[in-house]
Amino acid sequence: MSDFALSRGNWLERGIGALRLGRANLNLRLGAGIVLAWALVALLAPWIAPFDPIAHNLPDKLQGPSLAYPFGTDNFGRDILSRVIYGARIDLQMGVIGVLFPFLIGTTIGSIAGYAGGWVDSVLMRLVDVVLAFPFLVLMLAIIAILGPGLYSFYIAMALVGWVSYARLVRAQVLVLKTSDFVTAARSLGFGRLRILFRHILPNCIAGSIVFSMSDVVLVVLSGSAISYLGLGVQPPTAEWGVMIAEGQNFITTAWWITTFPGLAIVFMALGFSLLADGLAERLGLRQR
Amino acid sequence: MHRYSFVLYRPLQLIPVLFGISVLSFVLVKSIPGDPVRMLLGTKATPEAVARIRALYGLDEPLFMQYFYFLKNLGIGEMGQSILYKTPVLPLIADRVAPTLFLVIGSVLLTLLIAVPLASVAATWRGRAVDHAIRAFTTAGLGFPAFWLGIMLIILFSVKLGLFPVAGYGETVIDKLHHMILPCLTVALALSAVVTRNLRASMIAELASDHATAARAKGLSESWIFRRHILPNSLIPAINLLAINVGWLIGGSVVVETVFSLPGMGQLLVRAIFTRDYMVVQGVTLVFACATVLLNFIADVLTVAADPRVKL
Repeated sequence: MSDFALSRGNWLERGIGALRLGRANLNLRLGAGIVLAWALVALLAPWIAPFDPIAHNLPDKLQGPSLAYPFGTDNFGRDILSRVIYGARIDLQMGVIGVLFPFLIGTTIGSIAGYAGGWVDSVLMRLVDVVLAFPFLVLMLAIIAILGPGLYSFYIAMALVGWVSYARLVRAQVLVLKTSDFVTAARSLGFGRLRILFRHILPNCIAGSIVFSMSDVVLVVLSGSAISYLGLGVQPPTAEWGVMIAEGQNFITTAWWITTFPGLAIVFMALGFSLLADGLAERLGLRQR
Repeated sequence: MHRYSFVLYRPLQLIPVLFGISVLSFVLVKSIPGDPVRMLLGTKATPEAVARIRALYGLDEPLFMQYFYFLKNLGIGEMGQSILYKTPVLPLIADRVAPTLFLVIGSVLLTLLIAVPLASVAATWRGRAVDHAIRAFTTAGLGFPAFWLGIMLIILFSVKLGLFPVAGYGETVIDKLHHMILPCLTVALALSAVVTRNLRASMIAELASDHATAARAKGLSESWIFRRHILPNSLIPAINLLAINVGWLIGGSVVVETVFSLPGMGQLLVRAIFTRDYMVVQGVTLVFACATVLLNFIADVLTVAADPRVKL
């Protein structure tokens, strides 16, 4: 926390510094490595995928893992490896966008609630209580029921439901910082309320939310793939890991590879973000080992 | 004030939350695109017929009056009609409670059965290979999709080993137990990662605490100390953790019911979404939300019962 408050360097320098100083921090380096690797896979998918992820190739259907098809093929003869590689694009995008909007909305609402106090705070926090009273996935599904299945419905539902954790987190931080000396100093200099909130308080309480957002990516990817598995998110024939698992479930007695590899992909992407969150928390001194 | 007096006044504090839940459920159904009367009568209905139906269902009244009727109907257990099943929603849900309840309770018990031994071993041999292996499991386990885990367990235990049925709920009690082991294990494996992680941390804190040192100074054996001093104290935060995860648990059961074709509330919800059976969606969502609030309340009572220091 302290170096976030004190350092005056630009964001890039701080970012590089965070990576360099993590020499003893295995979690951070391993997590960043895995996440970076997935980002590369998603970016370079058209060049590294050996086959078209959607085109049918019926003569080669339901083949087990081999040299030609390392992860086997599905009932349409599509290469599972290529589909897993293309799936990284959708699932990574799901994780990033699915966290970004809740992060922005929650941070804004939380900081307003914490800084304004009074009835504004009470109303906003009661709203948080109500949203939290619903089981997360059930409320998501109820919203998707109204909007209709699809990836965009998932993003909207995520934004409507996911912001509450960020709002709580930021509000608690703002409440603490509001009474700190540097805020009093800024106020005595005659700075406006918005300037104090956005230039002085928020930059100092954002670290916790960023760390949380990394572990939140895990939850979002798991929910997104689960909703797609249920048939209410990403629609076939798009190569998305949850969709692939749903498609493969009809063939579990004969072709285990169709479901196994997309699931492992989810596990490894989630592992990357979990480690990154742990490592960042450690690096920023937010959590004890 | 008596320690348990909160059991009386806490429900009063829950009223605003329950009120909010009802408002949100009402808003959800109100925001369905399209005119419900037009959907009921078709596009060729005369304006007079539309107006008559509108008046019949109170749809011509102001929104807050409509909400008031909605609340009044909820009070007498009236949640509307299912379009697909042609029956009232509440009995439909009541028929589906048992498998879901079985799944949730069974998963929690199995979670404790997995997490307590793992955390004890990890905390006792802290820093050793066993500890590292268990911590690797807890870190990776956070990212296990429950639906995939369920299918993997089916492939291993049902397809390869033939030990459990692939799907379904069964008829007799023994049969049901046989059918429910894999679904419960699925949820438990996913949940035990986070529980083990926290249990291990609180055990390590307890092992270093003054009361443990005092017990050691009295010459008590380490295993006695662990059983009588460490374990009960570290289980209390675990109860709270499970309470926080009730929402997750219910969400997980929705997905796992679909994986194993269990005729529970989750499966009802998913089917209702596909068939646009909005009254059922609303009913299940409401019941799940109230169940979450109730279970959190029960967890509060349990915490107070387990720890004399806690006052709510």
